[in-house]
Amino acid sequence: MEHLLSVENLHVEIPVGAGLLQPVRGISFDLKKGETLCIVGESGCGKSLTSLAVMGLLPKSARRSADRLELAGKDLSNLSEREMSGIRGNDMSMIFQEPMTSLNPAYTIGDQLTEGLIRHKGVQRSEAKNRAISLLEKVGITAAASRLPQFPHQLSGGLRQRVMIAMSLMCAPDVIIADEPTTALDVTIQAQILRMVKELQAELGMAMIFITHDLGVVARIADKIAVMYAGAFVETGAAEQIFNAPMHPYTKGLLSCIPVPGKTECGSRLGSIPGVVPSLIGGVQGCGFRSRCPYTQEACASEPELTERAGGHACRCVLDTSELNSIIWEAA
Amino acid sequence: MLRFFLKRLGLAALVAFTVSLISFSLLFLAGDPAIALAGEGATDADIEAVRIQYGFDRPVLEQYGGWLGNALTGDFGDSYYFKTPVIHLVAEKIPITMTLGLCAISFAILLSIPLGVLAAVKPNSLIDRFALFLSVIGQAMPSFWFGLILIVIFAVNLGWVPVSGSDSWRHFILPTVVLGYYATPAIMRLTRAGMLEVLRADYIRTARAKGIRPGKVLFKHALRNAVIPVVGLTAVQLGFMLGGSVIIESIFALNGAGFLAFESISRNDFPTVQALILIFSLIYVLLTLLADLLNAWLDPRIREA
Amino acid sequence: MNAQTVDTAENTGPSQSAQMRRRIFRHFGLLIGGGILIAIVLGALLAGALAPHDPYAQDLANRFADPVWKEAGSWEYILGTDHLGRDYLSRLLYGARISLLIGLVTALISGVIGTIMGVSAGYFGGKVDAVVMFLITVRLSMPVVLVALAVVALFGGSLLVVVTVLGLLLWDRFAVVMRSSTMQIRGLDYVTSAKALGCSTLRILLTEIMPNVLNNLIVIVTLEMAHAIILEAALSFLGLGVQPPLPSWGLMISEGKNMLLFEPWLITIPGVALFALIFAINMLGDGIRDVTAPENRN
Repeated sequence: MEHLLSVENLHVEIPVGAGLLQPVRGISFDLKKGETLCIVGESGCGKSLTSLAVMGLLPKSARRSADRLELAGKDLSNLSEREMSGIRGNDMSMIFQEPMTSLNPAYTIGDQLTEGLIRHKGVQRSEAKNRAISLLEKVGITAAASRLPQFPHQLSGGLRQRVMIAMSLMCAPDVIIADEPTTALDVTIQAQILRMVKELQAELGMAMIFITHDLGVVARIADKIAVMYAGAFVETGAAEQIFNAPMHPYTKGLLSCIPVPGKTECGSRLGSIPGVVPSLIGGVQGCGFRSRCPYTQEACASEPELTERAGGHACRCVLDTSELNSIIWEAA
Repeated sequence: MLRFFLKRLGLAALVAFTVSLISFSLLFLAGDPAIALAGEGATDADIEAVRIQYGFDRPVLEQYGGWLGNALTGDFGDSYYFKTPVIHLVAEKIPITMTLGLCAISFAILLSIPLGVLAAVKPNSLIDRFALFLSVIGQAMPSFWFGLILIVIFAVNLGWVPVSGSDSWRHFILPTVVLGYYATPAIMRLTRAGMLEVLRADYIRTARAKGIRPGKVLFKHALRNAVIPVVGLTAVQLGFMLGGSVIIESIFALNGAGFLAFESISRNDFPTVQALILIFSLIYVLLTLLADLLNAWLDPRIREA
Repeated sequence: MNAQTVDTAENTGPSQSAQMRRRIFRHFGLLIGGGILIAIVLGALLAGALAPHDPYAQDLANRFADPVWKEAGSWEYILGTDHLGRDYLSRLLYGARISLLIGLVTALISGVIGTIMGVSAGYFGGKVDAVVMFLITVRLSMPVVLVALAVVALFGGSLLVVVTVLGLLLWDRFAVVMRSSTMQIRGLDYVTSAKALGCSTLRILLTEIMPNVLNNLIVIVTLEMAHAIILEAALSFLGLGVQPPLPSWGLMISEGKNMLLFEPWLITIPGVALFALIFAINMLGDGIRDVTAPENRN
């Protein structure tokens, strides 16, 4: 099947006072229609910048380069801001992390919901309003019509995030990028919103990139998973592969941090990964994880490639597959 | 909304009342107006007669009460100098000052808001540096001196505009530039700082993520939020400018309320001075009230406060 | 989100005070402003030694002598002489004393008034705050130039009157800024813990609040000094400020105004001096703000 979104060797560089920050170093992935890719990693690993880079929303100081950046066969890498604005919101949209600050305080919900549709599809205001109402109902907002004349400050955080989700769906885009859409919300609302996002995606047949640090969330929605560390993917594969047979020490470490019902024994200690993410200024020498990895060896001084180990399951490590399969993360 | 408006209106009235009380007591404290009124060579008896005629022998609060009662009906007494009702004098001159003030604030807004926006959109660019240069110079330029320099260059040497007077619109050009430039640095800086902050806001990223055109992101989503503090500042600056018109009108011999104020002070014409102080402060209070209303319209969050 | 990694990189740099010194010496405006201001202050302090003539000595035979760069100019009177034949350079040097004195004393008076009002409003809140806010509004709605002119006209134009009037009028910005700075600090943990330890209010104000609003205070001091100096010049220019024969720069511009058409340098020289002084003070204030709070830049 044809790839909907295709990214190859994506780099982001930001000049800072002390040198060149390289938060995204050679990311590649493909996304098919209706598929959900979860990018998992700690804060600071570059996952949000990856999504902003795909959307063309990087801060001005940042530089983006990629061997390929295609959406439905269209090359996005050399589009001007004006051309890109015709794609964003229309073919590809984004849901952000901070529902409290992501809506413009000066305009009504209705205005902000409809302006993208009016801009991209040239529909009448009344038609756009009807679509906004139906989408608000779809994301579980009651009395949707009466919400339109309200301002963001009159809505709770959960409601605002639902509005943001409805807003991203207005033009029925092919791809939705959700950057930790539930992090700022209460746990109960998180669950509701996740379920809703999943249902909507199945119903509307969109592809989704879901960015999170929360493996619990990943387990519920992912088709494919990419584990990101220090600006690069260290392990990619189907969701079952990653959860059932993790290879990379970092992935194993991450999974050991969450308790599994029926497996984790009562009273046993949960895992943790000692150390911190290395500085991404001036590039990373060798494997980015080697300072925190219990299996570090001399060969780690040069960075290994992301190599396919089993059907669609790739890992970036100097160890061979059988060695990787035999290691168990020691609860520190 | 109505309650908000009424509350602000009440505060405005209280402020104007306090200002008039302060200026009245100041003038009262300043010494005996009867001596000045009676003129040179007046005998003690003459002065005493004047004192009783004008009621200066009464206690200050009583005098103030009488003055305020009349002032509320628009009667500010007679000018000591012209011997005509102060209100007529003021009514004749205030339109000139208002015209000057409006021209100057328009000049300032048209110069500073576009420049401030452009400077924020492209920080450290040539236009940003130009804006910074203009504001640094403007802040350090004493406006009376700037006025004189403009007169020397444009009125005397080039002869493009008249030197002084208030007969035609051409007389207003230089005063507008001088007074407007005075307000420009503050408005420009606040616009730039506001835009810089707003452009970093999450909702701007949201608007871009929706695919809104760059120009519309800037002017619909960013400027409206950035301009909210600028509105208040502009009102304050306009109020200051009306006060500053005393200096500007004197330099250009523009025959407005500011010039009248200056001359009345020189002539010890207390009723006129007193009335002008009250009117200037009333205008200021009304301007800030107007700015609050405008902000309430711009920012829905204020409406409910 | 990369703040964490950036921070660790910065923290390995030089110590706080060394960083501060580096920022000071890299700040172009601060150096220029400071340099000009130091030059003017030195000129004012050493006016007695530097001035080639008595600033009050009239020489009616030698009125409107041209400054040195004009054809008829001479090194005897580098900046020429005024309408009474007084040496312009000497008057300029002594005039700097007046401007600086006005600036300093006014900022001191208004600073004390405004800071007390602002800090109490910010710290105590409630009714105190309401009263102070009302006073600020009243003060802002009084036309400064008009009121100052009227008062000087009534009490006579001495240096003392001008300074007192300006000092009593220009406290508004102190009060506004100190109020908001104090409010920001009031809720912070270390103030709360000082309260919990039972420190007296006065002690908290002096040892916890004041040191932390000091940077903002210094910036306002520079702004208001500049403001006061311009206002004094304007009042003197209008003839209702400092009185002749004192060599106030505003007065010099006013006296030169009559010769506007013939000898424009008579207003240019004191005007440029006034401009340079205000410019220097503003640059210094902006510089201090940038250097002490780099995160608040722009």
